[in-house]
Amino acid sequence: MKWVLDTGNHIAALAAKYARVQVIPIYPITPQTSIAELLSEFIERGEMKARLIRVESEHSAMAAAIGASLFGARTFTATSSHGLALMHEMLHWATGARTPIVMAVVNRALGPPWSIWTEYTDTMSQRDTGWIQAYVISNQEIFDTIIQAYKIAENRKVMLPFMVCFEGFTISHTAEPVSVPEQEEIDDFLPSYEYDLLTNFDNPLTLGNVAFPDDYFKMRESIEKSMREARNTIISVCSEYSKKFGQDHGFLIQPFFEEESNIFIVTLGGVAGEAMDSIKILRNENIKAGLVRIRFFRPFPKEELREILRNAELVVTLDRSTSFGADPQVFCEVKSALYGLDVPVYGAIVGLGGKEIDYFSISQIVKHMMRIRKEQGKMEYLRWYMK
Amino acid sequence: MDSQQVLPLSKPKIGVAGRTGFWRSLTPIIDHDKCVKCLLCVVLCPEASIVVERDSPKILYEYCKGCGICAEECPVKAISMVSGDEVGT
Repeated sequence: MKWVLDTGNHIAALAAKYARVQVIPIYPITPQTSIAELLSEFIERGEMKARLIRVESEHSAMAAAIGASLFGARTFTATSSHGLALMHEMLHWATGARTPIVMAVVNRALGPPWSIWTEYTDTMSQRDTGWIQAYVISNQEIFDTIIQAYKIAENRKVMLPFMVCFEGFTISHTAEPVSVPEQEEIDDFLPSYEYDLLTNFDNPLTLGNVAFPDDYFKMRESIEKSMREARNTIISVCSEYSKKFGQDHGFLIQPFFEEESNIFIVTLGGVAGEAMDSIKILRNENIKAGLVRIRFFRPFPKEELREILRNAELVVTLDRSTSFGADPQVFCEVKSALYGLDVPVYGAIVGLGGKEIDYFSISQIVKHMMRIRKEQGKMEYLRWYMK
Repeated sequence: MDSQQVLPLSKPKIGVAGRTGFWRSLTPIIDHDKCVKCLLCVVLCPEASIVVERDSPKILYEYCKGCGICAEECPVKAISMVSGDEVGT
């Protein structure tokens, strides 16, 4: 084990190297670019045995990643915002072809107006593509999750692509000390990827031909089964990882003060890091506040949330994303998870386009929501907090 | 492979996409008196529906979709596109 002080992006590239990634089709976009840069440096210096494919767009990057993965290569790529949006068609393809690609997504807002700063609408817009989605809060968690991601995605019962999402700049460009295990320990944890379905030329096969409705329906159901299976795999892989390397980031969720709280913040990504500090302020003011950080948004931790929040007096969700004309994603899905329980859920839209959202304003939002609940007794409430 | 997923795989075989001949509205007919046996039509057929039989091109009407590329490309205009359900079947 050694300590490495580096930015979130560089740690993501380092994790791909430690995972012994073999093919990297990649297209640079702010704020993801330094992932691509460092990976190409690793390869140039001979520290990493991988093929970096320079492509003409993100759509091509994902198409190349699918091809590489289908032919048995451990494949990595990274993107942000508009790049992810351009991949959209191929994201569905990666799922349907059951390719365990791992992709780092550095969350950034979509234009216009042009913005390079963080927001989660880019990855939230891809939540229905069948990719496993983890939202991480630290550079340590970026490293650990990318290593775990390959083991989860390549599990034969899962075989689904995996995106590791983290905030642009606040995480991607901030240096933090990260504990990095020895290469041999990682190799021991993560065996090489073996997949030879399409490489047996004595028995040639083609993948993705037309399927009539009955077969198509079966294949969609098979993806859903794998997504359900991914829950168990996430739990077993993450507990094995934390036993081996001492890093514990929770499983599908990471709860704080869940035993002794009646007011809960539920959020994900870097906002959850700020929310953790806001809990300290609230608890100092004798508010029994707890936090549930959603680590995996897909598969969604419905049962886990229901279990922890069933007796909550108030649940406050924080969304750094929008779904115009409907409730934002975390708010919407938390309400859905708690359906039928007598638990009020209040939602806040915060931090869009990189707008600062700090622990103090989160504590103010929670207190504001508590006041509204007390004065008006509503079961649900949604507000945009611009200040 | 011990994969447990239902995968959209297919094996190569003749007519893997079904009997696509019934998609056809115009049918290519080869006039063998005009044909110079250059076999360009065999090479250019996008559906591999023209085979070589005794050095001459032969259209497999079970799979020919009637796209007309062979008629367009034939250097001696020996292939004509003919309408009608009964033609060539």
